Amino acid sequence: MKKKSIFHKMSDTGLLLTITIVIFFLMYIGAIIFQGGGFTKPQMFFNILNLNAALIITACGMSVVMITGGIDISVGGVVALVSMCCAVYLDYHDGSILGSILIALGIGLAYGLIQGFLVAYLDIQPFIVSLAGMFFARGMTTIVNTAPFNVADEEFTALKLTRIYVPGMGSVNKKGIYVPAYVEIGVIVALIIVVLLFLVLRYTKLGRSFYAVGGNKQSALMLGLNVKKTKFISHLICSELAGIAGYVYFLHAGSGSASHAMGMEMNAIASSIIGGTMLTGGVGNIIGTLFGVLSLSTIQNIVSSAGLDQAWWTGITIAAMLCIFLLIQSVVMAQKKRALKN
Amino acid sequence: MSKNIKNKESLLKRLTGNQLFIPIIAIILLAVINLINDPGFFKITPVINNAGNTVLSGYLITILDYGSELGILAIGMTLVTAASGGQDISVGATIAIAGSAMLRVLCGGQARPTELQAPIIVAFLVACVVGMLCGAFNGMLVSVFKIQPMIATLILFTAGRSIAAWINNNELPIVPDPKFAYFGGFIPGCPIPTTVFIVIACIIVIALVLKFTNLGLYTQAVGINESSSRLNGINPTFIKFLAFVILGLCVAVAALIKVSRLSTINYSVIAKDIEMDAILAVALGGNALSGGKFNMWASILGAYVIQFLTTTLYKFNVQSDALAAYKAVVVILLVVFSAPTVREKMNQLTKKVKPAKKEVA
Repeated sequence: MKKKSIFHKMSDTGLLLTITIVIFFLMYIGAIIFQGGGFTKPQMFFNILNLNAALIITACGMSVVMITGGIDISVGGVVALVSMCCAVYLDYHDGSILGSILIALGIGLAYGLIQGFLVAYLDIQPFIVSLAGMFFARGMTTIVNTAPFNVADEEFTALKLTRIYVPGMGSVNKKGIYVPAYVEIGVIVALIIVVLLFLVLRYTKLGRSFYAVGGNKQSALMLGLNVKKTKFISHLICSELAGIAGYVYFLHAGSGSASHAMGMEMNAIASSIIGGTMLTGGVGNIIGTLFGVLSLSTIQNIVSSAGLDQAWWTGITIAAMLCIFLLIQSVVMAQKKRALKN
Repeated sequence: MSKNIKNKESLLKRLTGNQLFIPIIAIILLAVINLINDPGFFKITPVINNAGNTVLSGYLITILDYGSELGILAIGMTLVTAASGGQDISVGATIAIAGSAMLRVLCGGQARPTELQAPIIVAFLVACVVGMLCGAFNGMLVSVFKIQPMIATLILFTAGRSIAAWINNNELPIVPDPKFAYFGGFIPGCPIPTTVFIVIACIIVIALVLKFTNLGLYTQAVGINESSSRLNGINPTFIKFLAFVILGLCVAVAALIKVSRLSTINYSVIAKDIEMDAILAVALGGNALSGGKFNMWASILGAYVIQFLTTTLYKFNVQSDALAAYKAVVVILLVVFSAPTVREKMNQLTKKVKPAKKEVA
């Protein structure tokens, strides 16, 4: 009985966040025990970050939209479009780094303004708007350039290869040489965004109004919040972050291709859900999302290092995880509702 | 100009209020564009195909032929949209699963069998069961666990093509029997594509179902107001579940056509982006994407409008990869003009124009 009372005392956000963090650590410890070797090295963990910096950023944006009660599935397309545009700009038009960053931000801004306007002020379902946005971005990417290619720009390559060494972390390799652990620039950007968004969601009026609008639109309106503006801003943030993520992805991949970031929107949604963001809105946490991304990529790593590296296993495991977490959410919420009634 | 006329003549207003109005106008528009671009667009000529049969050929036949999967999917998607107020985005992936299961039965797990391992009808029934199971999975998540339809179907959308590859061990079996190709091609001696007959059969079945059962009424009731329909003795959980299972059946039929066209399967490409087209077909048919009332015939017509659009875009030398961008623009324009807020604004505008016009008169 005592356990039940704790269960009831926790807020929705706290409860789902706890589940996620516990599962992540269980999974990582499980990986260390059963597969050993690689997972004990700090670099393994940092590689997960390096690989998924763009996903962390998109997932954060996705969480903001989902907390406000919407959804945005155009992010993967935007990431591909940004990386292709930047690649073409750098290579064919001899552009500068600053210019390419501005392009990335500009595409994100344009997407945010249009989608936000359609969703917030014209009351069109966010799923339909962003579905169209996704197809538009994918189509535009092939119109900009059909063939995938690597960027040869020197300044850019230098930026791409920049490694930031993590002090105090590292491992001794087989030859007995100490190799310090490193992260790429994208990871720093991603972590800054996570911290910023965490603070905004927690301590600012804007952040709290996201929760209010997502929780109950009607009461938010009664409280005098500008519901439309809040929705608009949430979509703006999401698309802008997708633009930034596109640049981070580009920085990691160093190439433009129409098949970049395929299915990234699904991974972002899955990470948000695993991280305890409710689809119905009003519940969620950026830290949870971060752990969601980490759980997702740890599972992928486990799957591939368990020798099941046929491509289909990744898809199936992610979907299975998504399914389990959706069911947990559904059951937990149904129970809480029943408990509240009694 | 047209707005003024619309207000004056009630007949025209009634016409524009009809759900079939948008798809028919779209068809006429596309037809005119094509006629201007190429006067020979509507010519249908008999040609002799690879198998040595005399068959009809022409852009119109292409549209009727290749629009059939979409037409069949539109039937199920309309029901799902009306009942649950959301859309199923896993249809493309489910087509891959059902098609893969069909091939597995037909070829018995061999990559290059010399003869069929099972009758075609058995393979088709297996595909139907698999499609309905996928539908039941989605339906269960939506109706019992109350997960938003698009998110619930996201699971199969992510995993579907992987599951399809897994069913056949990632091999691409080729069906040896030429009879299997009849379903997506031509039956010897018949100049009309077989797919047209399949669509007609599906339409007759759904017409009979809507005519003689309460499915249509109940679906609309659940879509309009779930709790009040429950108070009236309808089981909303079951109706939603049923809609997804019916969509699963439609998917299996579409998978038969898709697989039959090639006699083999490509897991990552088969029925790619078809979910977008199916949703677009429902929207073009003037059905509210938030559920409620529906018009099945408008949806099916909408599916052919989309195929018409696709064919037209191909004719203008648009790359197949870039097609999505153009279609996306059409979707956005469509949803913007059908958005309640925009309609209200337009009505206000016409009202403002109307009195001004009277004063002048």
